[in-house]
Amino acid sequence: MPSLDQVFALNGGALKLRSQRLNMLASNIANASTPGYKAKDLDFDRAMQQAQNGSSVNKAMNDHTGFRVPLQPSLDGNTVELSVEQTLFAENAIQYRTTLSFLQGQVSSIKRALKGE
Amino acid sequence: MNVFDVASRAMSAQMVRLNTTASNLANARTDYATKDEAFRAMRPVFRTVMEENMATVDVERVVQTDLEPQRRHDPSNPIADEDGYVWEAAVDETAEMIDMLETARNYQNNVQVLQTAKSLILETVRNQ
Repeated sequence: MPSLDQVFALNGGALKLRSQRLNMLASNIANASTPGYKAKDLDFDRAMQQAQNGSSVNKAMNDHTGFRVPLQPSLDGNTVELSVEQTLFAENAIQYRTTLSFLQGQVSSIKRALKGE
Repeated sequence: MNVFDVASRAMSAQMVRLNTTASNLANARTDYATKDEAFRAMRPVFRTVMEENMATVDVERVVQTDLEPQRRHDPSNPIADEDGYVWEAAVDETAEMIDMLETARNYQNNVQVLQTAKSLILETVRNQ
């Protein structure tokens, strides 16, 4: 029988990556009017793949963090495009909620099994 | 540093920016006897503060813009010089209004970030 850590590894890792990505997007939005700021983002798919292949979540995150390529570069060197950041932020929040509900589903299945209902 | 620090410091920075805009607009169209004492518009300088994978923003300092005060002929003005000229405050009102809109929009975005982060965290810690 797999340990609880193994059971929760997938969704737990995904939730951690999602919350790190939320932090990054929040940083981008906070720096929307700072000249010279370069927007950063996490390639979630690749980071998740690396985490599933046994690497730690933090390492996977650092390996797949990159700078955003702006659709239209601005004169002050800032690469934050509010429309892009806001959309990705909203999308990421929904994906966080989805992962969270999967995790809660797993927990409630285990609880039901323990109670023997 | 967490997501709340990021958003709240950014909001403070935008608030400083809004205050300078308010000061500039309040002093627009005021007249002065000499060029040196004429009001010049102020602007905050934003600086990114990086910490691990997060970045927030602080106001490094507030500087005066290099816009020059304009001389206007107004002989009836009590502070006019012997040739009848006064100096107008160096404030570009249109630019200030645009800056104000952008500031308000950025502030709102940070409020939205704060609300989303708060609800996600509350959902995560809620006991079920």
